[in-house]
Amino acid sequence: MARRRREIGKAGWGRTAFSTVISFIYFFPVLWIILTAFKSHTDALSTPPKFIFTPTLDNFVSVFARAYERGGAAVDTHFDLFFFNSIFIAGASVGVALIIGTIAAYGFSRWPLRGNETYLFIILTTRMLPPIIVIIPIFIMFRLSGLSGSYIGIILLYAAFNLPFTIWMMKSFFDEIPREVEDAARMDGSSEMKIFFRICLPQVKAGIAATAVFGLILTWNEFLFALLLTGRDTRTVPVAMAQTIGGDIGVRWGLLAAIETLFLIPVVFVTFLLQNQLLRGVTFGTIRR
Amino acid sequence: MAVTTYHAEHGTLLERFFERNRGPLLVSPALAVLFIMNIFPLLWSFGLSFYRYRANRIKEPEFVWFKNYQKVLTDPVVWERFQTTAIVVTVDVLLQLVVGFLLALLFEKTFPGRRVLLMLVLTPMMLSFVAVGAFFRYYYEPTFGLLSQGIKAITGEPFILLGSEVGALAGIIFADVWMWSPFVMLLVLAGLVSVPKHLYEAAEIDRASWWRRFWTITFPYIRGLLLLAILFRTIEAFKLFDIVFLITEGGPGTSTETIAVYVYRVAFQYFKTSQSAALGYILLFVVIVLTNLYLFFVRRRDVEEQ
Repeated sequence: MARRRREIGKAGWGRTAFSTVISFIYFFPVLWIILTAFKSHTDALSTPPKFIFTPTLDNFVSVFARAYERGGAAVDTHFDLFFFNSIFIAGASVGVALIIGTIAAYGFSRWPLRGNETYLFIILTTRMLPPIIVIIPIFIMFRLSGLSGSYIGIILLYAAFNLPFTIWMMKSFFDEIPREVEDAARMDGSSEMKIFFRICLPQVKAGIAATAVFGLILTWNEFLFALLLTGRDTRTVPVAMAQTIGGDIGVRWGLLAAIETLFLIPVVFVTFLLQNQLLRGVTFGTIRR
Repeated sequence: MAVTTYHAEHGTLLERFFERNRGPLLVSPALAVLFIMNIFPLLWSFGLSFYRYRANRIKEPEFVWFKNYQKVLTDPVVWERFQTTAIVVTVDVLLQLVVGFLLALLFEKTFPGRRVLLMLVLTPMMLSFVAVGAFFRYYYEPTFGLLSQGIKAITGEPFILLGSEVGALAGIIFADVWMWSPFVMLLVLAGLVSVPKHLYEAAEIDRASWWRRFWTITFPYIRGLLLLAILFRTIEAFKLFDIVFLITEGGPGTSTETIAVYVYRVAFQYFKTSQSAALGYILLFVVIVLTNLYLFFVRRRDVEEQ
């Protein structure tokens, strides 16, 4: 009987092998991108496709410094700056969205306003909009206010994109945690600050982690607004990546693959660290017991 | 609550103000950012949709009432684009659900290496649209593309996926399904792992069939998350733009031009700024109606169950 019970949550070897094979097939297109990053230009375009080849680091070198014309001298591409921009902008905007979003969610959950549901629906609506509609007013607004090409502008914009999801997600978390402990603390004369930071926040940690990962993935790869609203100094990697497509010898697949491979590392790393929180976080808010 | 009022009575004027307006104060920073960056531009473009205005001309905007809406709604091209979008959204979301669900079943039970394999399956949704679009075009490329080469090796005939209408649609949907099924998987998996183990044990003792076990035990735990996945993926599928633009640019002809791509063309290639705004609002209206239908459906189910 004891053996039986253990088996319920565990997969047999057949199922394990099957899952492994399917996972690798699913991962294959990504693996091919990573392999392409280590290929020379001729290897990348060879027919039939090459699985075995002499790996080269040329593509990674040329991410940061390369000749723009055939035979020209290698020039700094400023990709180090673009990587910094991506990390800084994504980190800051997810951070801002988490801080003000969590506070707002706490407010919506504990001190409902008149018309609370309406506010929440309007907040969700802003998420449904095809971004193209708002891009013209935002573009004009950024130009007039001088926010265009600045960090603060794009960070606040991305924070606004992340806010609806953050608020909805965190509100469902705050709704789920029992209020008895808070009320008891209030009776003991704890300050509201202390109740929020010491009692409520620790209970929604998993939710914060899950929200952060989703926000990070979306912000990290945003393209359209970054293209129109970032300047030369604040350009993010996706925009710079798109600009490397094209050129006199067609698309340099190896280079493109190298950029994407490097660009994938930070977000995979963060997701891997928060993986357990992610699963718990997703479940917490949505399943009513 | 009694304690709160105690504080309020004894605090300074400022403290009392904070006590009384706690709700509004907590939500105001978020609402302020949303208002400046989202709602204000939204209202602006809503206003713009009632004017005749082109962003590339100096001419003053002219107020034309509902003329833009009339023009857009009577344009057969717009209806064609809506049809394309409807096909893409339906097939895309359905396939994502099926694939995501099957993937989740793979990871339902623990096994060695599960954490790492799960990461591998999650990576597609962490790629940037630019890379997915560009590389799927590279995979579909008839002469050196990976997929075309693979199929050519099997059938012996050259494989040109993006040449036909159906093929191009399939190519776009395939890439998007591959990229976003992991999202559905994550939500379904979260539901699967939350099913209390003792329920399965009880089912085993009752010798319930797999099918029965699934419907009576597993499904109630994943239903909510599955519906949430449908909601988010449908909203996103309506906005599908980057992948279409990078893989087919709407072609061959205009057969894969979704409504989002069409709005982009109207706004940035034909520069009919106000018409694109009108079109955008019609699209928003459609999505809001669908969302409300969805929410209505979910709530009615909840009421029935109680």
